[in-house]
Amino acid sequence: MIAEGEILDVVEKVVDWSPADQTEALLFVSDSALTRFANSAIHQNVAERDIKLSIRVVVGKKIGGASTNNIGDESIKEALSTAIAIAKNSTEDPDFRSLPEKMPLTELDSFIPATAGYSPEDRARAVLKMIEAASAKGLTTAGSHSTGVFAVGLANSLGVRAVSKLTLANLSTIAMSKNSSGYAGFFSKGVREIDLELVAKIATDKALKSQNPVGLEPGVYTVILEADAVADMLSTLAFMGLGALSVQEGRSFMCGKIGQSIVGENITILDDALSPETIGFPFDFEGVPKQRVTLIENGVAKNVVYDSYTAAKEGRKSTGHALPHPNIYGPLPTNLFLRGGKSSLKEMIASTKRGILVTRFHYTNVEDPMKTIFTGMTRDGTFLIEDGEIKRGIKNLRFTQSIQEALKNVEILSCETFLKSTFLGTCRVPAMKIGKFSFTGATEF
Amino acid sequence: MKDLINLGLNHANILGATYADVRIVRTTAESISLKNGRVEEISSASDFGFGVRVLANGAWGFASSFRLGEKGVEDTTALAVQIAKASALAKTKDVFLAPVELVQASYRMPFSIDPFKVSLEKKLDLLAKAEEILRRNKGVKISQASMNIFRRNQVFASSEGSYIEQEITHCGAGIAATAIKEGDIQVRSFPNSHGGQFGAGGYELIESLKLMENAERIAEEAVALLSAKDCPSTTTTIILDSSQVALQVHESLGHPAELDRVMGAEISLAGGSFLTPDKLNKFKYGSEIVNIIADATIQGGLGTFGYDDEGVPAQRMELVKDGIFVGYLTSRETAPLLNRRSNGCMRADGWSRIPLIRMTNINLESGKPTLEEMISDTDEGIYMETNKSWSIDDKRLNFQFATEMAREIKRGKLGALIKNANYTGMTPTFWGSCDAIADENHWQIWGIPNCGKGEPVQIAHVGHGASPARFKNVRVGVRK
Repeated sequence: MIAEGEILDVVEKVVDWSPADQTEALLFVSDSALTRFANSAIHQNVAERDIKLSIRVVVGKKIGGASTNNIGDESIKEALSTAIAIAKNSTEDPDFRSLPEKMPLTELDSFIPATAGYSPEDRARAVLKMIEAASAKGLTTAGSHSTGVFAVGLANSLGVRAVSKLTLANLSTIAMSKNSSGYAGFFSKGVREIDLELVAKIATDKALKSQNPVGLEPGVYTVILEADAVADMLSTLAFMGLGALSVQEGRSFMCGKIGQSIVGENITILDDALSPETIGFPFDFEGVPKQRVTLIENGVAKNVVYDSYTAAKEGRKSTGHALPHPNIYGPLPTNLFLRGGKSSLKEMIASTKRGILVTRFHYTNVEDPMKTIFTGMTRDGTFLIEDGEIKRGIKNLRFTQSIQEALKNVEILSCETFLKSTFLGTCRVPAMKIGKFSFTGATEF
Repeated sequence: MKDLINLGLNHANILGATYADVRIVRTTAESISLKNGRVEEISSASDFGFGVRVLANGAWGFASSFRLGEKGVEDTTALAVQIAKASALAKTKDVFLAPVELVQASYRMPFSIDPFKVSLEKKLDLLAKAEEILRRNKGVKISQASMNIFRRNQVFASSEGSYIEQEITHCGAGIAATAIKEGDIQVRSFPNSHGGQFGAGGYELIESLKLMENAERIAEEAVALLSAKDCPSTTTTIILDSSQVALQVHESLGHPAELDRVMGAEISLAGGSFLTPDKLNKFKYGSEIVNIIADATIQGGLGTFGYDDEGVPAQRMELVKDGIFVGYLTSRETAPLLNRRSNGCMRADGWSRIPLIRMTNINLESGKPTLEEMISDTDEGIYMETNKSWSIDDKRLNFQFATEMAREIKRGKLGALIKNANYTGMTPTFWGSCDAIADENHWQIWGIPNCGKGEPVQIAHVGHGASPARFKNVRVGVRK
C-alpha cells in the first residue's frame, strides 16, 4: 500500500506541473481481497492492488478530465496534457464557478490494522466456520468474505490538500436447504468485529425456518422489513432524488417540497460521514469537508446534498458530497442514516396479526423516480407472520411500491440500527414495520 | 512483455502451481456527454496492469497488480499461489480443467475509422447538433447526448503453452429527451436507453446511428407521453421492439444459461438459475418458433472476440432449438461437469478481475412476418418500445420490465400513445406464449455495455441480436 505521504506527493506533483487555470488531482489507492464460496467450498479467491489518478483541469470555464493508473512522471504528464487538450476543445460551462477553496478538515480514525493485515488463510478459516455451521444443520452455504484498505488523496490549485485511508470488511452468507435459504451479513471497518458464529446462526436459522415454503397470493400486506431491505430501499430513494442535481433538473420527488411533510412523522433521514457509527472519508472527492445534512426530519423534507457545482448554482456552499470527477450523477449522500425508533424486531412480529417478514430484497430497480416507485423481489428468508408469530416460510414475492408511500405507513421502527453496505455507500438503518406494502407477483420458490 | 509473462508462469510453477495463466491488459476509453446545452463530461481514461490466475493444491487463486515489473510479477504471483493454497483449505474436490487446443495467435477486431483518431471537435459537433435539436422542443426539460469509445489490448499466456494477443474496439452513442410536468416524468431515448446503441467496430458505427435525424421525433414523443394515458392493468397481447426483446433474452436466457451460475457460483450475489442440468435437451423453454444462438463470431457484436480469457476460440452454438433448451455457456472448469469441452465464454473485466462465464452475443433468430404483419394480425394488444427498468428473481423466473413508450393496438392498427407501461411474467410461460418473431429485415444486434456479474462486480460488454416479437396473455400495467 502506498503511504499517505507518497499519495500527497503524487497529487501535488500534478497540481505543480499543470499550466491550467485551475487543477485538481485525485488519487485512489486500493489493496483488497475477496473470498467467494458456493456449494460449501471456496470457488473464487482474489486479490487486487490498484491505483487511479484522476485529473480535472479548468481552462477559463472549460473543463477536461483524464485518468491513468500509472503514476510515473511521463504518464502523469501525458494525462495532464490530455486533460488540458480536452478542456481547450470543450465548450464553456457558464454555470461553473471554481474548484473549492481550502477548508479545515476533520480526521477520522477509520483504519483498522487487523483488517489491513487479514490474510487469505484468515478469510479461508472464517469461511470454513460458515461452511461447518451450515453443514452441522444439514445445509449448504454460499457467500463472500472481503477485506480491503482504501485511500484517497486530493490536491487542487487553490490549496486543498487532503488524504485519508480506511479499511472495510464484509461477510455475507446464505445457508440453503433443498427448498429454502437464509441470509446474514456483517459490514464493518474492523474484520475482528464480525461475530462469525452469530452470522452463521442467523443464516442457518432462517434457512431452517423457511423450509417447505408455501405460496402466498400477492396483495397489499403489512410487512416487516429487516435492515438489509430497508437499506436497499433507502439507498434507492437517495439515488432518485436526495442530491441537488436531481432537484435542479426537476426530476426529484423533493422538487418544491422543502418544508413540507412528505413521509410519516416517525421518519428522519440524514447523511453523516463523520459519525463514528458509519464508515467514510472525512472529505468529498473535491476535498470539501463532509457535513452532516438532515434530509428529511420528522417526515418533513429539509435539504438535499450539494457539491461545489450545484451549490454555486444556488449561491450556497457545498455540503461536501461531490462524487469523483467525471460525474454525471451530481452529488449524492453516501453515508445515510435512517433514525431508529423504540421497538425491536421481536415486538414488531408480536404486534402483527397477519403480515410478511422480509429478510432482504433482490434486484430492485426504479420504475418512476418522481413517484418513487420501485420493483424487486424478496429473497433468502421470507416468512408469513400470523397472530404475532412467524408461522412459516413463504415463496418469494415481487413488490411494486412507492417508497414515499411506504414511508408514510411506517408503524414501528427498531431501536437497534445496523450498518449496511449498498450500491451508494453505507446506510445505518433500523428494521421497520410498514402497514401497507404492495406485493404484485410471486415466483416458484 | 514475454519475459515478464514467462517470469510469472515459471514463478507460479516453482511455488507449486499446477496451472497458471497471465493476462496483461491495457484499456483506453473516452467518454463525452452533453446535457442541456453544456458539456457534462469529456474524459479520457487509461488503465494498465496484469492478473495471475493459478491452480495450486487443486484450488483457484488469483492476484492482480498495476505494478508490472519483475518484483511486481513475482510478488503478485506468490500472492496468487498463497491464495490458491488458502482456497484449498475449504475445497470439496480438485478443480479439473477441460483440455484445450494450444494456440499461438493474434486477433484484431476490424474497424473502418479508428474512433480514437477522430477529432474531439468532430465528436462534439455531432453530439451538440443532436442535443440542440432535442432542446428546440420547449417541453423537453433535460436533453442529453453521449458517446463512449473503448479499446482493450490484451495478452494471454498459459502455463500449457498458449499465447494470444487481442485488440477489441467498441463504441456507441445515444440521445435522450426528458419531459417533466406536475410530478410526471417521461423519457425517450434513441437508439436505445442506458447510453444508446453500442457495437464492435469504429467511428463508422456512430456515424450510422442517425442521432440528428431522430432527435426531433424523440423529443416530440417524450413530451407527448406526458399527456398519454396510463398503461391499463390487464392481461393482453404485447409486441416488444427488438431492443426490449434483446434485454428480455439477456435476463431470461443469457444469464440463466451461464453454467457457473447454474452450478451455484453466483448465489452470493445475483443468484442461481432455473435451467438446471436435468433440463438440458428436454425442457420446453419457449414456443416452437423460439431459436436462440450464442455466437461470439458474428460481426459487430459486443460479445465478439477471437479467443476467450482461457484461450478457447470464439464459437457459435445453439442454446434453444425449436423451443427446447439445448445448451449452456461454459468454461474449462464447468464444461467437464456435462462431459463437454468449453465453448469459450470466459471473459474478465480487465486485468484486475478473474474471467467468469459471460454472455457472448445471445441472439434470437428472426421469424417470418414483418412487424407490420404482426401488428395487423393483432386484434387487441400493446406495442412496447425501449427499456426503462428491469428486474428478475434470483433464479431468473419472475421478471418485470418497464418500457419508455407504448402504443395501443386495436383491430390490427397502432393507436393511442401509452405511458408508464410495464409487463411481468414467468420466463418459460412468457417465451412459451411467443407466437410471432419478425423477419430478418427487423433483426438487429444490440450492444449492452453494462452487464454486471461477480464479486467484486465485473462489467461486461455483451451483444444480442433480436427482432420484434409478440407474446400472448401477458400481464401489463402492474401498479403499486
